Amino acid sequence: MGWTRKDLLTMRELDAGEIVLLVDTAASLQEIATREIKKVPALRGKTIVNLFYEPSTRTRTSFEIAGKWLSADVINFSASGSSTSKGESFIDTAKNIAAMSPDVVVVRHSSAGAAELLARELACSVVNAGDGAHEHPTQALLDLLTIREKKGHFDGLHVAIVGDITNSRVARSNIHGMRKLGITVTVAGPPTLIPPFVQELGVKVAYRLEDAIRDVDVIMMLRLQHERMRAGLIPSVREYGHYWGLTLDKLGRHARPDVLIMHPGPVNRGVELSPELADGPYSVILDQVAKGVAVRMGVLLLLAGSKGAAAA
Amino acid sequence: MSTPAPRFREKAQVLDEAALDRALTRIAHEILEKNGGAAELAFVGLRTRGVTLAHRLAAKIAKIDGATVPVGTLDITLYRDDLGIRGTPVIRGTDIPFSIKGKIVVLVDDVLFTGRTIRAALDALIDLGRPQSIQLATLIDRGHRELPIRPDYVGKNLPTSRRESVAVRLREHDGEDRVVIEEPEEA
Repeated sequence: MGWTRKDLLTMRELDAGEIVLLVDTAASLQEIATREIKKVPALRGKTIVNLFYEPSTRTRTSFEIAGKWLSADVINFSASGSSTSKGESFIDTAKNIAAMSPDVVVVRHSSAGAAELLARELACSVVNAGDGAHEHPTQALLDLLTIREKKGHFDGLHVAIVGDITNSRVARSNIHGMRKLGITVTVAGPPTLIPPFVQELGVKVAYRLEDAIRDVDVIMMLRLQHERMRAGLIPSVREYGHYWGLTLDKLGRHARPDVLIMHPGPVNRGVELSPELADGPYSVILDQVAKGVAVRMGVLLLLAGSKGAAAA
Repeated sequence: MSTPAPRFREKAQVLDEAALDRALTRIAHEILEKNGGAAELAFVGLRTRGVTLAHRLAAKIAKIDGATVPVGTLDITLYRDDLGIRGTPVIRGTDIPFSIKGKIVVLVDDVLFTGRTIRAALDALIDLGRPQSIQLATLIDRGHRELPIRPDYVGKNLPTSRRESVAVRLREHDGEDRVVIEEPEEA
């Protein structure tokens, strides 16, 4: 199984073999984090540009650390304090960056399809680090790595994804990835936050938290964005928390004792997840963050270190 | 997609099961002799068959000397000088569950050829700590060195042509203990 793609844009475009290759590569790279000298020379002389048009701490830092541990030069470019605030268009900015010959551009943008547009414009590799409500493939990959490490395998697993499914790129990428690996997925949330025809992605739908979390191996809680309340999609954050927030009590009454709780972060404590759960033994939230670095190392290595993958 | 690798057919057997075992027994004795015992020794095998050979050498030393020599696994993919030329890098991970600081590390590989793998292994190893010294054990030295590297312990010196390939087959991976020379099948 080889890696032949120039870019990593979506989970939807990958096949199961490619997903497993990415997860396996990341799993083997985790050991670097435990070393005294956290650096390997694999991507020496390669340049990675982080092009972030949306605020992000975890993802940007994680790509930056990943690139640096692989000995690449990493340049951060954020929309504020750049020529974007002077009116330069997305494509013009990208072309200017491309003129500096990077090997990989990591892009986050609020518009769905931004990464694909960039990938078509640029000869170098492009990694989608989140494009609007569309996809966030490296988040799905780190979730999959976390699940496989904790459960030992993917076979026959059942995952519940709970919250704002409509606006979640994390949910979309995970649904595509998990379905390809044969994982059963149930999505759950208030009907206003569940996209119509979501069953066509091969998932089950639940409209009560109790139904969603019964007998699943993993519960993935999504972040509630407060803008949703202003848009009239939920009556109040408090009511959302009451019906859809996961607490130790609900977990004890409805979920299996070996269930894993995941969250892509940042957590609204007391809304979608009670503090005792976020910090408790079921939670693998910090494992997810640690695995994020390994996954991004794997992605950068396969894109910039494979023959023929990068055009430049 | 890369072009399919040429198919190889067996040309000659170099070592049978008994000869392979005798070569390893001799190397184990040489390691003990050169280092005056097993104190401070550690084996680091290169993936995949070097690791198996390292475990076998450690077992032999345990039998001869009664000493337990730790065995680690080194994946040198991230240190290769041909990364980006060779297709998809396959990372299977380094696992050295002991400190190599101050140790006499014996690198173990199945076939020594150009020396580039060992060059990468030396860099990879030194990134993990500062050993007292590093020695090299290889089951087969087939020549054609491209770097100034020489082994300390050799199972068998085997002159080969570049177009040939040396296959070390081990019970744990291939169901048999044998070393053969292979040559490409003519199309």
